[in-house]
Amino acid sequence: MLEASNIECVRGERTLFSHVDFRLDGGELLDLQGGNGSGKTSLLRMICGLSAPANGEIRWRGELIGKLGEDYRRELCFLGHHNAIKEELTPLENLLASAKLADEILDAGEALDALEIVGLAGREDLACRYLSQGQKRRVALARLVNERRALWLLDEPYVALDAAAVELIAGLIGAHLQRGGLAVLTTHQTVNIVAGSVRQLRLN
Amino acid sequence: MLNLIRAIISRDLRLALRRRADLVSALFFFIIVVSLFPLGVGPEPELLRKLAPGVLWVAALLATLLSLPRLFADDHRDGTLEQLALAPQPLGLIVLGKVLAHWLVSGLPLTLLAPVLGIQFDLSGEALWVLAFSLLIGTPALSGIGAIGAALTLGVRGGGVLLSLLVLPLYIPVLIFGAGAVDAAVIGLGAQAHLSLLGAMMLGGVFFAPWPTAAALRIALE
Repeated sequence: MLEASNIECVRGERTLFSHVDFRLDGGELLDLQGGNGSGKTSLLRMICGLSAPANGEIRWRGELIGKLGEDYRRELCFLGHHNAIKEELTPLENLLASAKLADEILDAGEALDALEIVGLAGREDLACRYLSQGQKRRVALARLVNERRALWLLDEPYVALDAAAVELIAGLIGAHLQRGGLAVLTTHQTVNIVAGSVRQLRLN
Repeated sequence: MLNLIRAIISRDLRLALRRRADLVSALFFFIIVVSLFPLGVGPEPELLRKLAPGVLWVAALLATLLSLPRLFADDHRDGTLEQLALAPQPLGLIVLGKVLAHWLVSGLPLTLLAPVLGIQFDLSGEALWVLAFSLLIGTPALSGIGAIGAALTLGVRGGGVLLSLLVLPLYIPVLIFGAGAVDAAVIGLGAQAHLSLLGAMMLGGVFFAPWPTAAALRIALE
């Protein structure tokens, strides 16, 4: 379903990586590994379509992602380094607003349930600037609870999370893969995800 | 489509209300700058009436400029802009929503305040109406054109000054016809021609500017 061939990434004058190929089908997880600055985030942003590779092409269901445009973005869920939550809004408002902007239907009850699952019960009406770093990350990750899009792209999802939350997120990703979804993950931690198959790609 | 624009506007309005300081500081800037002129040039009604259109319009323009750098900067910093760019709708529509929300918190309050401040310049009742109306249709153009500059200078060090240098020249036509309309009303000529041109600029600024803005945002995100 997701295919990349001969990808090259150039930052300034330096070539970060070249000749990167991979193929990912339903129920599979791609684990991107590599040291700091090896281009994991850059590759993830290319898969999103936020930046274009210097060379090579990325295809989704056989079509170039640049051509698919909105049809591709409709099947994509990206969670970057930044949490994309507003400090002034409460976790509940953040979750509802991001669902609306992503053109998804989410009612307040479902949003409250999602926040409870990620362990934010009792905090849903507190402005996010009063939350800790880990709690903010949980707000961002609460999106995944009701996320049914096919392709999840997660950039270091476990940063700032405690052991229980890491376990929970790994469980959400596992359930997504069992539904036949795809996921691409960058992480420095080894976390066990129950999945049909895990492919590893090492950038250096 | 309308749902998306409504969602953006309601989110941005809610954010603006949660940090009222930004909103209020631009308005106070407008009030102070406009009020300094009668104090500085002296209380001659004839002179003040002549100065009024230009002073009020230039002050409105600068007050709009004050709030522009933050139009996309906050969304850029916290990663929301990436999410907006990845939303399954055209980014131009999202920008249109943001432009309308910006107008609601900056242009509309300026429009409502201007007639009150115009009294300081001894403007007639009719001139005050024309002033308010010219700002009502002129300030959306300022928000729309300003969005292009805000997107182009996103993430640039010292972007605020660059933004002014980029956007102020583009504001000249709006200024000429906006102030011209009030001027025409002051000396008793019809303001309709000026207002029609201003209306055309408003439509251009609001409905065409979002697309180059969206392109500039995609470049900034790369």
